[in-house]
Amino acid sequence: MPTQLQPLAKPAPARAGRGAIRLSDVHREYRGARGASVQALAGVSLEAAAGEVLAVVGPSGCGKTTLLELVCGLQAPDRGALECAPAVLMPQRDLLLPWLSALDNAALALRISGLRRAAARRRAAALFAELGLEGFQDAQPHELSGGMRQRVAFLRTLLAGKPVLCLDEPFGALDAITRSEMQEWLAGTLAREPRTVLLVTHDVEEAILLADRVAVLSPRPGTVVAELAVEFERPRARTSAEVIALREQALAALAGGRCA
Amino acid sequence: MRRTLLAVLPAALLLACLIGAWELYVQLTGVEEALLPAPHAVAAALWHGRGLVARNFLVTAEEVVLGLALALAAGSALAVAIHLSPLARRAAYPLVVGSQAVPIPVIGVLLVFWWGFGLFPKLLVIALICFFPVVVTTIDGLASVDPEQPKLLRTLDASRWQSFRFAELPAALPAALSGARIALAVGVIGAFIAETTTPSTGAYPGLGREILSDVNFQTARAYAGTVVLVAFAIACFYALTLAERKLAPWSVRERGEPL
Repeated sequence: MPTQLQPLAKPAPARAGRGAIRLSDVHREYRGARGASVQALAGVSLEAAAGEVLAVVGPSGCGKTTLLELVCGLQAPDRGALECAPAVLMPQRDLLLPWLSALDNAALALRISGLRRAAARRRAAALFAELGLEGFQDAQPHELSGGMRQRVAFLRTLLAGKPVLCLDEPFGALDAITRSEMQEWLAGTLAREPRTVLLVTHDVEEAILLADRVAVLSPRPGTVVAELAVEFERPRARTSAEVIALREQALAALAGGRCA
Repeated sequence: MRRTLLAVLPAALLLACLIGAWELYVQLTGVEEALLPAPHAVAAALWHGRGLVARNFLVTAEEVVLGLALALAAGSALAVAIHLSPLARRAAYPLVVGSQAVPIPVIGVLLVFWWGFGLFPKLLVIALICFFPVVVTTIDGLASVDPEQPKLLRTLDASRWQSFRFAELPAALPAALSGARIALAVGVIGAFIAETTTPSTGAYPGLGREILSDVNFQTARAYAGTVVLVAFAIACFYALTLAERKLAPWSVRERGEPL
């Protein structure tokens, strides 16, 4: 029986329904180098219901990271409406603090929420085995493999106790074998600890394996060019005919976005 | 133990060679002792004057340690202020740099006028000389945090203080310790400057003033005092290096072993 993550560190105010994300016609522009403005997002509309895993795929530089930072409240849209329950970011690089052990890194959000170190460590330690980290509590980040580091980073994200998780290319830096292991691991973990997830990736297959819905973004300025529902049973095999068919469809949408 | 011996062996050999060459030079050229005493004469002066040298050394060592502590406290506080406030950076940074160009004798008289012949004005002089490397390295250390890190901490609801305490402060520690090592290296000469610019009324005025009064007529003893200062600086430097291994093991790992 997996440990429940209750109580949450901070109860989420029900702004847009617990765990929901709603963006409508969101625009975001940057002042780039030499004053030229760069349009990152041009009219993005997206919606994710509570408990839904929404994947966003797109070519590099299509404003995916901007999208995540908007959802996490790190930026505000220039135009358009954005409603979102409190969200926590799992950045592309794990950003584990080298001066903290794996357990202390995982417990970071709990300590920030005001828990004492010992209590925070106890709460985090309870989940170590469940996430396949047993025995690594006192390991220093540099002693961990890439996959283990991502697990610790994910646990840190989970323990923030927020209804929405924003994952920015969580497995982008891993080798292919570790990546597919971690995809299975994440699918299993989300099955036990359901959250609203906004998963940003450039890996179409990863999106289809993990998400309930896949939104395809065009290159900059980013807009949603296709939305695909992934309606087949979990666990999904990357070799199954329906995954392959949907992947072709998503890749075609990506290619179409590029030409447009 | 054996590893320690092997680690100091190269330095010991080099030192022995230098002392040998020095002795040989003095013997071969017959240079006057008042100009350059031979190593054996320095060793003899050190032995005969050991009581005097030791008492003066304790005075100087106290000045260096306390002066350095003052420099670390003031330097890191200033670095934090400059890091956190762009206004403080614009206002204070140029003055911090300028402070290093102040010839100490110019302010020595004033310091004595304000605080007398005691320890405190000397600490101020040492701190003034030492705090600069601490400020500069600590500012760089505080800014060395991955720019994505504050974003992550903000989505974990960290306050500015928590972000500082969990990310910037530990990130700055290795740099601040490097600054402290540089500060220490100049701190010993800083103590010499402090003693020779702000007079003392104590029975033992410190090794710096002792060296200055010996240098014309007791040259060997002046060299003996110098040897003690040099050894002290080296010992303190490695003490700080050891402290860094304990305080910031991650930075030693990233950089490779010092020593």
